[in-house]
Amino acid sequence: MQLARVIGTVVATIKNESLQGRKLLVIQSLNKDLYPQGKPLVAIDAAGAGVGELVFWCRGKEASFPFKREDTPTDCTIVGIVDSDKHVLSI
Amino acid sequence: MIIARILGTVVSTQKDERLQGKKLLIVRPINLDGSDTSGYVVAVDTVGAGFHERVLVVAGSSARLAQGMKDTPVDAAIVGVIDTVAVSG
Repeated sequence: MQLARVIGTVVATIKNESLQGRKLLVIQSLNKDLYPQGKPLVAIDAAGAGVGELVFWCRGKEASFPFKREDTPTDCTIVGIVDSDKHVLSI
Repeated sequence: MIIARILGTVVSTQKDERLQGKKLLIVRPINLDGSDTSGYVVAVDTVGAGFHERVLVVAGSSARLAQGMKDTPVDAAIVGVIDTVAVSG
């Protein structure tokens, strides 16, 4: 899993049926010092996150596990919200 | 998932039988502002997307979890047509 900042939202009316009702957010991955690294991605939200929040996300097939795991096509899912930036401690 | 733009189509007559009837499109990943990046992916279309539309592409084994894609040998699928992307800041 990786840390990321939620930086935006995506609206897609026409979706694969298995994605109906899911919230799509744009996230920017961060390194351990909370600086941006890599390109922004579109993630499905499983944690109730909003724009500006620090979250962690899961990649790969496991990203579908918070939902109907055999029916949700996602490779990037927000699985948790970090309490605050100060709650990330790296040594 | 990544945001991509549809560049073109691929026609393939001889293919795995589980891909029969599936539409293959060439997509190019794009930045949030709509500018192109390099590279391309051949992706299976599950939503009926058209030329030059912005779409959501899911990659890896998750691609075959889309409805209608069960057990198909694909690693990239178009699962949504993007209306708007709103980015703050």
